[in-house]
Amino acid sequence: MIGEEEEEDARIPISQRPEWADVRPVPQDDGPNPVVPIAYTDEFSETMDYFRAVYLADERSPRALQLTKEAIFLNSGNYTVWQFRRLILEALNADLCAELNFVNQIARENSKNYQIWHHRRWVAEKLGSEVASKELEFTKEIFSQDAKNYHAWSHRQWVLQALGGWEDELAFCDELLEDDIFNNSAWNQRYFVVTRSPLLGGLDAMRDSEVAYAVKAILAKPENESPWRYLRGLYKNDIKSLVNDPRVASVCLDVLTDKRNLVHALNMLLDLLCNDYQPSNEMKDAVDGVAPESNPPGTNLVERVCSVLIMVDPIRANYWEWRKSTVCVQD
Amino acid sequence: MGELKVEKHVEYILTVEKKKDDFESVVMEHLRLNGAYWGLTTLDILGKLEAVDKEEVVSWIMQCQHESGGFGGNIGHDAHVLYTLSAIQVLALFDKIDVLDVEKVANYIASLQNEDGSFSGDIWGEIDTRFSYIAICSLALLHHLDKINVERAVEYIVSCKNLDGGFGCTPGAESHAGQIFCCVGALAITGSLHHVDKDLLGWWLCERQVKSGGLNGRPEKLPDVCYSWWVLSSLIMIDRVHWIDKGKLVNFILDCQDKQNGGISDRPDDAVDVFHTYFGVAGLSLLEYPGLKAIDPAYALPVDVINRIFIGK
Repeated sequence: MIGEEEEEDARIPISQRPEWADVRPVPQDDGPNPVVPIAYTDEFSETMDYFRAVYLADERSPRALQLTKEAIFLNSGNYTVWQFRRLILEALNADLCAELNFVNQIARENSKNYQIWHHRRWVAEKLGSEVASKELEFTKEIFSQDAKNYHAWSHRQWVLQALGGWEDELAFCDELLEDDIFNNSAWNQRYFVVTRSPLLGGLDAMRDSEVAYAVKAILAKPENESPWRYLRGLYKNDIKSLVNDPRVASVCLDVLTDKRNLVHALNMLLDLLCNDYQPSNEMKDAVDGVAPESNPPGTNLVERVCSVLIMVDPIRANYWEWRKSTVCVQD
Repeated sequence: MGELKVEKHVEYILTVEKKKDDFESVVMEHLRLNGAYWGLTTLDILGKLEAVDKEEVVSWIMQCQHESGGFGGNIGHDAHVLYTLSAIQVLALFDKIDVLDVEKVANYIASLQNEDGSFSGDIWGEIDTRFSYIAICSLALLHHLDKINVERAVEYIVSCKNLDGGFGCTPGAESHAGQIFCCVGALAITGSLHHVDKDLLGWWLCERQVKSGGLNGRPEKLPDVCYSWWVLSSLIMIDRVHWIDKGKLVNFILDCQDKQNGGISDRPDDAVDVFHTYFGVAGLSLLEYPGLKAIDPAYALPVDVINRIFIGK
């Protein structure tokens, strides 16, 4: 566990530190035959024994604060230590900007730890909108290591809604998607911004440019699940609206003509066909171009689309069979 | 075709505590109650719960209870709903829920509901649909859903529904299989599954299956055995489990076993842990792997335990 610079020097056992001479440490009570008994290192044991002492005495002092820091470095998942630290911070009216810096140290090594993120939110909430950009910057750093970190995204959404900072958010999504067009978290965030940002016009105002954006992403990587879902989301899953936007059928046609990475395009085509989309001859030819030759004569377009899906996505054969059984018949 | 090494896994769970100076064990201290739930439920599914001393476990659990009525992750820890649910679940395994002051525990949980129907995890106020599930599951097991505003709770969960049919931790958050399990489970328990677009969500869930047969939790992420539970139980609750390739998933889970030392890991050849061992075995139970006790997908407890609680002995 990485600690601060002091820890690079030999650690002085707490029992040998003069400022702790008046405290009797309290050992872990696992009961006589612990259910899931755990072996401890000496350093861990000693630190937690002293923590238990101050916790039980409810001592909210500077030395207790320092002790919680040591305990956290040893085990950042211990939520009781974090909570007691918050009580001490409040009692001492401590410098919360410094606290954010402490969390920085811990968070980078433990970016999936619920306690750290919750603590960070507690601190940021107290500091208010002045730390909005700092918090956004912090999540950005985490994303540079793991662009899909669920905690970081949750924190970022909270920051935007509670503290502000929407100005560059759409551009930020652009950046991340440029790095990795498959980043589903970034697509989700894009939807979040488009629908909730007080600075943009809302979904209706943004729809046109966002459809263009999604289409471009699809053409780049047709096997990418995210922009297909995003496209549906822009029209709130109302397939008839998707039928009415010629760009949707058009992108399906482009993908089918290319004959590669067909699944999502065929799936979308299937939905369109069931909602009064009238396929062009070009579209019918494109389907024929990828359909198995084994298709019996007289099968309609919908059935042909389904048989291709079963062929190219066999792991979901049951799903495509079900789609086949429930779609309306059209030619 | 692999097979489930039942004896090895039982041994693994029973002897996991004997590892000396194991850093992983040390950092699990504060969530030992969760660990007990994962380990003991696995033993029960494997038909080996009697290998554990019931009285000792119950006695230790009760020492984890806080004066607020909630449970901490271990003796001397603060109360949180995460550990409260595990406590109730483990007591349920042993048919010992009656040792609880049910009113007290139920009141603790109910006190954490917020105005908008959401639930906090504890007095510090973190909100997450995980806690909605925990509260609803706990109170249902205690026969005290009447203590919360169920309608509001459902409303909040529905507000976390996304256009892909999935659910996130808070409104607008990305759909994630773990959060989906929590939301669908909570809706199932409260009889509110009509809020779920089962075809749309079923499609999103079956898209989690990757070529290796394993399941991921979000698009373009790696498969992980724990999603064998989150995704699978969700699919079962919305009656769409036939949309995945079950055989391939069984093989994936079996490949994640450590056949020498027991235990199951997140994906093949990684280190094992109790968490993934539980989810792997529970997933296999949902897939009706032979020789395993059936597990309830909403309550995450063996079906006979649930029947005992809701139908009687």
